[in-house]
Amino acid sequence: MNAQTSMNAQTSASGRGALWLQALTGQTGMLAEGATTVRVATALLGLEPATFIAVVPDPHNRFPRARQGEVGLDEGWSIADQVRRVIAEGDSGLRRPIVCVVDVTSQAYGRREELLGIHLACAAAADAYASARLAGHPVIALLVGKAMSGAFLAHGYQANRILALDSPEVMVHAMGKQAAARVTRRTVSELEQLGTRFAPMAYDIHAYATLGLLHQLIQGVNSDAPDSADVQRVREFLVSAVADARAGPRDLGVRLSSPAAQRLRAASIEVRRRLREQWDAG
Amino acid sequence: MTAADGRRLLSRQSFIELRARERARALLDDGSFRELLGPFERLKSPWLPLQDIVAQADDGVVLARGTLDGRPAVVAAIEGAYQGGSMGEVSGAKIAGALELALRDCEQGRPVLPVLLLETGGVRLQEANLGLAAIAEIHSAIVALRRHVPVVGVVAGMVGCFGGMSLAAALCSWLIVTRQARLGMNGPEVIEQEAGIGEMDASDRAQVWKLIGGEQRQAVGLADELLEDDADAIAAAVRAAFSRGLPAQERSAQVQRYRSRLAAIDPQQPLDGAGLRERWGSVSTQ
Repeated sequence: MNAQTSMNAQTSASGRGALWLQALTGQTGMLAEGATTVRVATALLGLEPATFIAVVPDPHNRFPRARQGEVGLDEGWSIADQVRRVIAEGDSGLRRPIVCVVDVTSQAYGRREELLGIHLACAAAADAYASARLAGHPVIALLVGKAMSGAFLAHGYQANRILALDSPEVMVHAMGKQAAARVTRRTVSELEQLGTRFAPMAYDIHAYATLGLLHQLIQGVNSDAPDSADVQRVREFLVSAVADARAGPRDLGVRLSSPAAQRLRAASIEVRRRLREQWDAG
Repeated sequence: MTAADGRRLLSRQSFIELRARERARALLDDGSFRELLGPFERLKSPWLPLQDIVAQADDGVVLARGTLDGRPAVVAAIEGAYQGGSMGEVSGAKIAGALELALRDCEQGRPVLPVLLLETGGVRLQEANLGLAAIAEIHSAIVALRRHVPVVGVVAGMVGCFGGMSLAAALCSWLIVTRQARLGMNGPEVIEQEAGIGEMDASDRAQVWKLIGGEQRQAVGLADELLEDDADAIAAAVRAAFSRGLPAQERSAQVQRYRSRLAAIDPQQPLDGAGLRERWGSVSTQ
């Protein structure tokens, strides 16, 4: 009974990917071939079609460890498949933008997942997004919920530009709060306390924004129940992020050049500076 | 065993027992090792001391330029003995930065052969989001670099390769493992903790290795070469991987193959390492 209740609560809490996919495209999206948890919709974004991809929960997913919005085996490979279809279609003309609608609670933790190579499934998704970006597709990640750990590496972190809704539900971290607390032998509140002192350890999107990795924090939008003005506003940010991505290089260097990155990622910048000096002997 | 075999066994230099710096040196052509951002640069983690943890002067990653059979190379070796080989801001930036410079040189027609020695538990939780961001940059650089030269990964043990860095291993064009290696996204302890001991008993080492150990990974095609713990043999295998050139299709791009393999799996049925070998074992990966 309790387990069921808590699962339902989590399921509704992680339905934000589906909510925003629907809001932005006016479609529920097609289920990607080979997964009951990856929804894909192609819709106009500004003046051109864009492909939107979201991972959604499915309480009946055939892999029990990936029923609450986790990225598991089918999710990773299906995302890779969908993204590579967009790349294959884009051989001529303007490369179609891809929007990752991100609400992913974690990678799937399971024995079967490890045996069958979940690391490769997630790598395949990351590879596909990175390959799309390198081929000239503007890849935009829109964080509407959790962007956790390996799941975010697979679905979103290879984007040219990362945008996030300003909401307490939007979180980025290397490990879910409960798991991180258990692994580091701290309580959740100790962990939250550390996050207030050290921005890289925080979960909330405001702290994340100080790291310089985010292109835009979208404020003033109701992320749970967006009205048409909210949706229009988010679309405009996506359109301008697409233009910005097209105007810039295809690598991730922009994440080191923002004013925020100059402060919080100063060490990342300094390592690269000195490395350039020492790279060639002499 | 012949007398010659016996002598070879006795003279064999263990690769696993070497620290990261010695591993890089053992791989590169004799006398060609040149460390970049060595300990005297004192590029330490800015975050660990704030949390009362002593920061090591190289942040647990050794970068070395040198040659492999005379060709320019770069080795990034993770020191598993320091903070579990975890990726912090500086250690992650060292690897990403080295791969980015190798890419620049490749694009300018001066190929650099990249080798990753992966001994890592993944993100360093004390630097959480900056470690995760650096790992995304490592993935990006590997995918970009692979269009020019193979990226060769080695998981020797004993730490293994986990978390976001297991994706980096999966992105490598050629992956070399030993029997002592483990390669998985989630460490056994984390799975036991998150999914319960019924899902995974992390203390059952034999079972863990049967699931994610180097021998199993190579047998089912998730790694390319299984080697003894022998520094010379590993150095030779790295050179051989570069001589093979780029794979016909990178493993992480083999979408149709793996989707059809997975479609044939029924998650309701029990499956163990031996069962998977029967299904995936005989087919070559590349």
